[in-house]
Amino acid sequence: MESNLITEDKQKNKLEKAFEILKTMASKPSGLIGLTIVLFHVVLAIISPYIAPYDYKAISPNTMLLAPSAEHWFGTDSLGRDVFTRTILGGRTALTVTFFGSLIALLWGGLLGIFCGLVGGKIDDVVMRVVDAFLSIPWILAMLLIVSLLGTSTEVLIPALGFFYGKGIVRVARAATHDVIAKDFIVSARARGHSNMSIIWNEIIPNVRDAILVEGAMRWSWMLLGFSSLSFLGFGVSPPTPDWGLMISNARGLMSFAYWSVIAPIVGLSSLIIGINLTADAFAKALGIDRSTKAPV
Amino acid sequence: MSEIIESVKNLSIGFNSQKGKQISILRNVSTNIKKGETVGIVGESGSGKSTLALAMMGYIKQGLFPLKGECLFKSEDLLKMSSRQLEKIRGRKIAMIPQNAGQALTPNLKIGYQIDEALRLHTDLNKSERDKKISELLNKVRLPSPETMAFRYPHELSGGQQQRVAVAMALAGKPDLLLLDEPTTGLDVTTQAHVLELLRFIAKDTGTSMIYVSHDLGAIAQVSDRIVVMYAGEIVLEGPARKILKEPIHPYTYGLLKSIPKLSLAGLPASMPGSQPQPGSINEGCSFYDRCNLATDNCKKNSPDLEHIKELDTNVRCFNYKELINQNNNLQTSITKKSNNSEANEVLKLKDVSISYAKQKFFDQLLNKISDQNPTVKDISIDIKKGETIALVGESGSGKSTILKSIAGLLETKDGQIKFENDRILSSDLKMRNPNDLRAIQLIFQNPDESLNPNHTVEQILSQPLKLYFNLLGKELKKNIIDLLKKVRLGEFYMSRYPRQLSGGEKQRVAVARAFAAKPDIILCDEVTSALDVSVQAAVLNLLQQLKEDLGTTYVFVSHDLAVVRAISDRVAVLYQGRLCEIGPSQNVYKFPSHPYTEVLLGAVLEPDPDIKPKLVAEDIVEEKPPEKGCSFQGRCPRKIGDICNSEVPPWQIGENGNAIRCHINIEELASLQQ
Repeated sequence: MESNLITEDKQKNKLEKAFEILKTMASKPSGLIGLTIVLFHVVLAIISPYIAPYDYKAISPNTMLLAPSAEHWFGTDSLGRDVFTRTILGGRTALTVTFFGSLIALLWGGLLGIFCGLVGGKIDDVVMRVVDAFLSIPWILAMLLIVSLLGTSTEVLIPALGFFYGKGIVRVARAATHDVIAKDFIVSARARGHSNMSIIWNEIIPNVRDAILVEGAMRWSWMLLGFSSLSFLGFGVSPPTPDWGLMISNARGLMSFAYWSVIAPIVGLSSLIIGINLTADAFAKALGIDRSTKAPV
Repeated sequence: MSEIIESVKNLSIGFNSQKGKQISILRNVSTNIKKGETVGIVGESGSGKSTLALAMMGYIKQGLFPLKGECLFKSEDLLKMSSRQLEKIRGRKIAMIPQNAGQALTPNLKIGYQIDEALRLHTDLNKSERDKKISELLNKVRLPSPETMAFRYPHELSGGQQQRVAVAMALAGKPDLLLLDEPTTGLDVTTQAHVLELLRFIAKDTGTSMIYVSHDLGAIAQVSDRIVVMYAGEIVLEGPARKILKEPIHPYTYGLLKSIPKLSLAGLPASMPGSQPQPGSINEGCSFYDRCNLATDNCKKNSPDLEHIKELDTNVRCFNYKELINQNNNLQTSITKKSNNSEANEVLKLKDVSISYAKQKFFDQLLNKISDQNPTVKDISIDIKKGETIALVGESGSGKSTILKSIAGLLETKDGQIKFENDRILSSDLKMRNPNDLRAIQLIFQNPDESLNPNHTVEQILSQPLKLYFNLLGKELKKNIIDLLKKVRLGEFYMSRYPRQLSGGEKQRVAVARAFAAKPDIILCDEVTSALDVSVQAAVLNLLQQLKEDLGTTYVFVSHDLAVVRAISDRVAVLYQGRLCEIGPSQNVYKFPSHPYTEVLLGAVLEPDPDIKPKLVAEDIVEEKPPEKGCSFQGRCPRKIGDICNSEVPPWQIGENGNAIRCHINIEELASLQQ
């Protein structure tokens, strides 16, 4: 039998598909801007140790609070450290911590959400109420408690942030799963006698993956803000590690006469957040999940 | 000749594709609607029939735009009007009745208010006149107790009643032209017949012209004076209803009529090969060329014009129509199917099965007490023989799908047993069944869009059961998949396709292949053809029958479509409100329906023949719950004899022709009553 369908996309390998999605994302100005910003930050984070003109912890009384100049592009801070060096290195910490944090959030939040959505019933009820209870705790207070008990190393921060930002993903993953499990192909797999794990892996994940990834991308930008807030409060990474939140916190008292030391980290942080947001939106549109019409629960 | 009220001239409507190409979905359509005439527009999905109908009230869906031509309503072009001007025409001059009235009515406003709104907008009546008019309208559409009806909310009405309200609203502005877009498609058979009867009455009574859009030739046949047949965005045949239905002179219409299963015919309908071309893929030549058995080289190169044949008062778009003129006497033929061996063993037995959706209360659970005395499905006992096709029929709410689900183990039975092979009891819990039993019973679903994972290729879809039941891998897996595709007449190249790249019929074939991958003994078919177009439906039915004859599979076939059931089944079980009414060999149930419900149901079936009118013997009331005592059909039975029907469950009687029925009236007496 002949098919009259236009064979637009034959089976493509995964790499080609990813490239296709990137191309769709870049086809709109907002997506292109977002991708460029994120790419710029990522590249900068990777190469920053090699291009940093000064040592980030070199304190010098001779260069305290210098205005931007040819030697110090973004000026120097109250301890005489080069703001440019610290700004480009600050992105490195923030990106690493939040990237792995989001990954953890995605994994546990996504899987738990899918599981709850699939099994339903009492297990689902109990888990969701626990998640709700955790959602009601102001995360920053809980984070402060964890950090003061366990210290501020990245080994503590990454899983802690991952945990707190994964709660929301549980709900999104569960809602997305609910949309799918009512469909007949799940019923069919069930009737054939597939195990729950096999149903999750083969039938559900391919259909909820996109929604969860988009949500994860959004959470990433929030987590970035959260991480910087912690540092700002003095509970994030400890000095002298270069970090945007820490830099803003240190320099804000001097803002009236040494604005440069606070502006550079702010620009870095907000541009990255905007970039991630724009990228996530473009990502959602490229995958056909429109956030503007379908709000996650 | 009577006055023409709307005329469409050379209308083409299209859209711009992503690659910037202009693709037309309506091509050069011209037709006239005369005053007082009912025109049926018929075609399969994607033929452009709804686009045409909407354009006739000056509405074009977002993304589409008119390429050329005009829609003249009383010599004014609707497509050039401003929205202000259109507002004055819509509702007042042209009114529309939507497919799903339940969704078209505002859920939080009372029926009376919504009709009043239409009256306020489209008439100059004052409050008291309007009130009078509302009850007049409700009376006209034959709604029960119109006085109280006005104070009800849409959700308090049944689907048929909601559709009647929509008709009343459309009539409020006294339109000259009524547009009906598949108005009865979502309704039950009996309700559908009643609504059509009402529409026919209204057309006659008010002299309103109607445009009736449907894919269902049966419904079109009941209401239309003239029929327009559409294919791939073109009119291929247009003429008086009787001529079109009895002597179609276009090969597509001919094939379409042959592919409709009919009550009067045992055996399977003939199918048409292929499927309708997608918009944009039509280049040159006749759009029906690929599927036509009259096609010549001329048809490949040149596209035929719509030709007017004076003697028949018909327009036809075909070079070779003359070959069909004398061929039409064999419309009433079908493919005979091999009947199965009636001596075969029973493979599945349902014994006193009851299924309840009600949750057991906590206390009752503790005491292990059965709380629901009135379950959704009750006392179903059916023995199914190996290799037979047994059909469960009934309207919505008859519990037919529920029974299917519990055979598959997806729903727990409350009472009774399901026995499989040699009287082994199957657990009603899926997890307790052994893998071989799970393999032996497979399901095919109604809608292939939902039953195939959109993110899997056909290869992945078919490999699921093969991996699960037979642990196949690598080359062997691939070979099996190719074999399966061959079985359902799909080529090897389908393996890498995703469901969205397939047509409806192809998707359902993949679903059939998946069910057969498990080498099952029993296949449960849940309305497997109702989401498909007629010509595709015939092909799927033929495929199922072929596979059964080759492999000896047993089918439990659930459908609301009595004609489809007639075509495929060996035995029929008629259900009402989750209770069995009648069960017997198909040819006997259809020829000599004994139970009053079977009689009602069969009487309401619409045939694509203007001479066969439905017989409306019972009211189309919708009952939400089965009655607690007595016969399940007591509420609507046209032959109710009295109190005994309300208080006692009728006994089984077996007639001389093998039908078993549950009725208090003697089976022979019933037969004589029906004559």
